[in-house]
Amino acid sequence: MSYIKVKELSKSYSNIQALKGLSMEIPAGTLFGILGPNGAGKSTLIKILATLIEPDSGEISINNINLITNSRQIRELIGYVAQDVALDKILTGRELLDFQSDLYHIKKNNKIERIETLINQLDMNDWIDRKCGTYSGGMKRRIDLASGLLHLPKVLILDEPTVGLDIESRNIIWQLLKDLRNDGMTVLLSSHYLDEIDKLADRLIIIDHGRVIAQGTPAQLKNKLGGDRITLKVREFSNQAESEKICEILSSIDGISQIIINKAQGYSINFVADKEKDLLSKLKVELAFSKFEIFSLTQSQPSLDDVYLQATGKTLLDAEISMAGKRDLKKESKQSMR
Amino acid sequence: MELKKYNLFFLYQETYALTKRLFIQLKRRPSTLLAGILQPIIWLFLFGALFSKAPEGFLPGVDSYGNFLGAGLIVFTAFSGALNSGLPLMFDREFGFLNRLLVAPLTSRLSIVLSAFFYITILSFVQSIVIMIVSYVLGYGWPNLYGLGIVFTTLILLVLFVTSISLCLAFILPGHIELIALIFVINLPLLFASTALAPISFMPNWLGWLASLNPLTFAIEPIRTAYTQTIDLELVALYAPYGELTCKSCISILFYLTVLSLIIIRPLLNRKLN
Repeated sequence: MSYIKVKELSKSYSNIQALKGLSMEIPAGTLFGILGPNGAGKSTLIKILATLIEPDSGEISINNINLITNSRQIRELIGYVAQDVALDKILTGRELLDFQSDLYHIKKNNKIERIETLINQLDMNDWIDRKCGTYSGGMKRRIDLASGLLHLPKVLILDEPTVGLDIESRNIIWQLLKDLRNDGMTVLLSSHYLDEIDKLADRLIIIDHGRVIAQGTPAQLKNKLGGDRITLKVREFSNQAESEKICEILSSIDGISQIIINKAQGYSINFVADKEKDLLSKLKVELAFSKFEIFSLTQSQPSLDDVYLQATGKTLLDAEISMAGKRDLKKESKQSMR
Repeated sequence: MELKKYNLFFLYQETYALTKRLFIQLKRRPSTLLAGILQPIIWLFLFGALFSKAPEGFLPGVDSYGNFLGAGLIVFTAFSGALNSGLPLMFDREFGFLNRLLVAPLTSRLSIVLSAFFYITILSFVQSIVIMIVSYVLGYGWPNLYGLGIVFTTLILLVLFVTSISLCLAFILPGHIELIALIFVINLPLLFASTALAPISFMPNWLGWLASLNPLTFAIEPIRTAYTQTIDLELVALYAPYGELTCKSCISILFYLTVLSLIIIRPLLNRKLN
């Protein structure tokens, strides 16, 4: 039974369409990952789920409550941890949690107990009474996470919670998210870190240009790719014609499938090789016959990056790099301001 | 009924928390409070000294220029504070802290606006009382209880009026630089184009018109009346080019302006906060 339902969600900012008819269903008590490069629409989706912005069209519900028409009711169910941690630098961490508790109408007696529990759980004892302005990135994340958990929400929504964090803070947050999921909370996590989603998520969607391009469990998605993933280069920097010729050769070999030309990586060729067959020696022979030499050949277990590559023709890193030049973060920030 | 009772309590809890946050900020960064008190006191000394040798009867109805100036400075202090009230909200918008408030299940987002009103009103009262005490020490008089009632009623209306405009600007303008620039542009010209520093009879005709339409004037004149020994709301307080206005009329105009500004900003606040 799905706890969160999103159907045909669309949202645009002036001339940029951030979400294009995105649909997904999230069962209760799962740690659900939203993976995609920067600019894919993850933050827009998260902000809509957190009731911060309204979609242009589409339906969205949490626990069968319409999010668009009953946003106040939804806010009681959700905890939100934003991508950019916004703390009041003048307040101490404890004062911030106290302030936040009042906004969530937590009773005075419960408030003190709840704040203490979170301070211990997130290991914040040493610095909780210091002003937030003195906190490191990891401390800020932890206090922000504690703020989102004060009212024991049914759903915790996190937008890129471990970006730029030290390993200690990242591990604390990862462990906490797993514990929360084990306690029955539905955790929704967006990230562009493959290992984070791979290690944490029970289920995930991969978003690209505002659309879902793959969904399932990490294992399902990787298994769909079949055998080992191979990256082949015949020269350091090849070209379109040459790579197309190699694709033809590879297509003729039985047991090789899902061949993709990765232009961003010097026209390298990615493909899946059937584990059962000894294809590499055959590949060498076929290439030599067509007067090609192997410059490099790497073999790996399928990863979520391969899933993304399979669906889009480029790796997540390449997608990030290509988006980096196109995005005007200052403009986006202004547009998302109330 | 039970739900309404809880809602009221929750509204109080939210507003209290939001107001408390502003006061913690003020306590840890008191420079705004101190500057807001020091500036008018310096003005009181300087302007008082500047006109100390003015001939007797130079100003109608008052003994000295300091006596005349006090009301203007009280209003100017409250006005400046209220005009700056949008700044914390603007910073919250810019740094994303407003989102923290907006994802919380607030009973009413009116609490965000109410907290700004409470904070600025209390701050203005504190600053005004300090200025009144300094004026008294300098020998410029002290209003009686009825007069104090007039002073604080007028200040509440002015603060509500200006704060609502400032909050509105904090949502309309793109950033704090623009808001601060606008505050700079508005602040002093409005002071000089009012009866804070000189009566309308001293002004050229065009400036007299401006001053008599300036909302600050409608706050200054009742407070000036409050400092006189025989307070009568029906007595003429403002000799404007378009006619004579009593103290009661000035307060009424200020009241209607406040109501009007609240009505005008309501749709914008609803759109931005809901």
